[in-house]
Amino acid sequence: MATEILMPALSPTMEEGTLAKWLVKEGDTVAAGDILAEIETDKATMEFEAVDEGTMGKILIAAGTEGVKVNTPIAVLLDEGEDASATPAAAAPAAAPAPAVAEAKAEAAPAPAAAKTPAAPKADKSPDWPEGTETKTQTVREALRDAMAEEMRRDDRVYLMGEEVAEYQGAYKISQGLLDEFGAKRVIDTPITEHGFAGIAVGASFGGLRPIVEFMTFNFSMQAIDHIVNSAAKTLYMSGGQMGAPMVFRGPNGAAARVGAQHSQDYAAWYMQIPGLKVVMPYTASDAKGLLKTAIRDPNPVIFLENEILYGRSFDVPVMDDFTVPFGKARIAREGSDVTIVSFGIGMTYALEAAEKLAADGIDAEVIDLRTLRPMDTASILESVRKTNRCVTVEEGWPQGSVGGYISSVIMQEAFDYLDAPVINCTGKDVPMPYAANLEKHALLTSDEVVEAVKKVTYR
Amino acid sequence: MATRKAAAKPNVSAEELLGHYREMLLIRRFEEKAGQLYGMGLIGGFCHLYIGQEAVVVGLEAAAEEGDKRVTSYRDHGHMLACGMDPKGIMAELTGREGGFSKGKGGSMHMFSKEKHFYGGHGIVAAQVPIGAGLAFADKYLGNGRVTFAYFGDGAANQGQVYETYNMAELWDLPVVFVIENNQYAMGTSVKRSTKSKTLWERGAAYGIPGEEVDGMSVLAVKEAGERAVAHCRAGKGPYILEVKTYRYRGHSMSDPAKYRTREEVQKMRDERDPIEQVRQILLTGAHASEEDLKAIDKEIKEIVNEAAEFSKESPEPALQELWTDIYAIEVPQEA
Repeated sequence: MATEILMPALSPTMEEGTLAKWLVKEGDTVAAGDILAEIETDKATMEFEAVDEGTMGKILIAAGTEGVKVNTPIAVLLDEGEDASATPAAAAPAAAPAPAVAEAKAEAAPAPAAAKTPAAPKADKSPDWPEGTETKTQTVREALRDAMAEEMRRDDRVYLMGEEVAEYQGAYKISQGLLDEFGAKRVIDTPITEHGFAGIAVGASFGGLRPIVEFMTFNFSMQAIDHIVNSAAKTLYMSGGQMGAPMVFRGPNGAAARVGAQHSQDYAAWYMQIPGLKVVMPYTASDAKGLLKTAIRDPNPVIFLENEILYGRSFDVPVMDDFTVPFGKARIAREGSDVTIVSFGIGMTYALEAAEKLAADGIDAEVIDLRTLRPMDTASILESVRKTNRCVTVEEGWPQGSVGGYISSVIMQEAFDYLDAPVINCTGKDVPMPYAANLEKHALLTSDEVVEAVKKVTYR
Repeated sequence: MATRKAAAKPNVSAEELLGHYREMLLIRRFEEKAGQLYGMGLIGGFCHLYIGQEAVVVGLEAAAEEGDKRVTSYRDHGHMLACGMDPKGIMAELTGREGGFSKGKGGSMHMFSKEKHFYGGHGIVAAQVPIGAGLAFADKYLGNGRVTFAYFGDGAANQGQVYETYNMAELWDLPVVFVIENNQYAMGTSVKRSTKSKTLWERGAAYGIPGEEVDGMSVLAVKEAGERAVAHCRAGKGPYILEVKTYRYRGHSMSDPAKYRTREEVQKMRDERDPIEQVRQILLTGAHASEEDLKAIDKEIKEIVNEAAEFSKESPEPALQELWTDIYAIEVPQEA
């Protein structure tokens, strides 16, 4: 049966090309892989190979023809024993199939907006633990260690790897005692090789384990970010749901004190941008514990952003057998009616301090601790803003592409008519972190700046 | 060490040889068909063909056992066919259809099969190397005696993460075979223009990893070397490196005019070293199979490939809801 040879697309963008030269003539015998012609694409001159064997029948497009559309018949290939007058059985070739991607893009536009913002319509204000539960005072450091230890007891697929996590007991002593309890098989010191061990941990999660990867600081996660984003976050989608990376990347994030530009960056906004990742940034010890336990159990890659300055702070933690905090549920840290201050992580320090100062001036601020940035509890923010009609966001990260910028856009779209003033984003200054004590102090956020922003939006 | 050739009188049955012939031919015919569908606009984006390198995966799969794992780069169609993934599902992924292994959401470079222990299909050069070591890490942790094959090219061999991985793989005695598919060109840059190292496998020595160079155009040589590597890993001695010298006949991707090498160089390889032709000759000269037998196999393969192509055209595009699925897992099915 004769078959038509069609003008091929030889690059992702080619729609037509020049048939520069035929390397076979009518009557030649060709085998699969033989070069039939040279074709000029929009990028280069390409050799065009035969896919089937047969005899060259009629050449339909002469050498030197320009502007030959992709999928135009350019020659006829004959089977054994056919003569050149044979015509292809399917005389009318199917119309050039439009690239599937173009169609998908066009049709994808009206996808349900609801799917994009998975915000629950109603804010969940249930308490984190039952009323009357006994609490104890614990540092964030101890809470994080307890969370890991409890989850490692619960599931032997969970293991911890990172620099100095085992014998040194953790660069910031978060993994204190874990080596003794769980042994070197499950608490693993790595060489200083973030890119490599992040990739190994992703592979281990594909292979059925539940790795916790400690970055000595998240600044070093930039060495490993390809595996976090490309290998961990995207695989579930790229595999059509067959396999993903159930794992946690955790460690201190943001500025500590006097460690300069390369050790002081806040990555909240960076990681928050990635579909496939969940991003957690706790402030209190109870959240550190409850959210880390949830993170370890979550079947997705979770970025868990801690803070060196908060490690030593003490908070009440409930005494419970199995205390967890769900993702996507903000905490109302302080109720108020005049303005909504939204923050997370160490930003809460400034937000709460500012609220105290504002109270002295007769301004009653509501303070929301987001706790998780992806999924983000926008329902709680919106509910509060609809009540207070004013909003200030507080974070240590940089202003351009900030978490606060995203929150502002959500408020604009969902609660514009409720706003009595523009939303103000309080952020770290738009500079690399300086070393000098006085400059560093100015680069960081202060509670006074938050007070000033609140006074602006409340017109005081 | 000189390139190992297969033993002069290979201890291999006619049945095995016919199996290798069949599998290599399936890869070649599949790839030729993929090239054709690309030309028709049915496959979009990047499409990297494996033609010429068939002996590498077929030889190593012959050395693998059930449950062993494999992970590779974006030039992955051959690996998937060799480990038994359905050609229909692979081709339908290439055309971006619902019937594809990733429901059309991964494409040529990003495909997976948990069932066949195929862990991708990775588009970032060398990312699969630590991932492969991580799979081996999990196997060692779980104590299941399995081995992982981590395939990468001569181009990937210059990425830093390969050496970070070598270091940890040997430090922790991970059961992983690092397979360097040295096809001599990283896109358009020949090995000679990218390193002064005489070999790539010897770089493992710096980390204490043994290895060898293998004739990648000989499926029997690859299989023999693969068996040595697997035995080393399974014995708990840690990783092993195979630098398999191979050659790709086609361009780096479909849009590569391959001007960095001569037509004569490619033709010489095809005429003198072709992996499929080599097995064909052994089969015929040893009278293990007749021309008729081989023709029957050719016909059977052609039918399989045509069916895959038909399926890949008929399978519908994914439903638009698929845009929003598989971003987050509710539950991840664990390894058996």
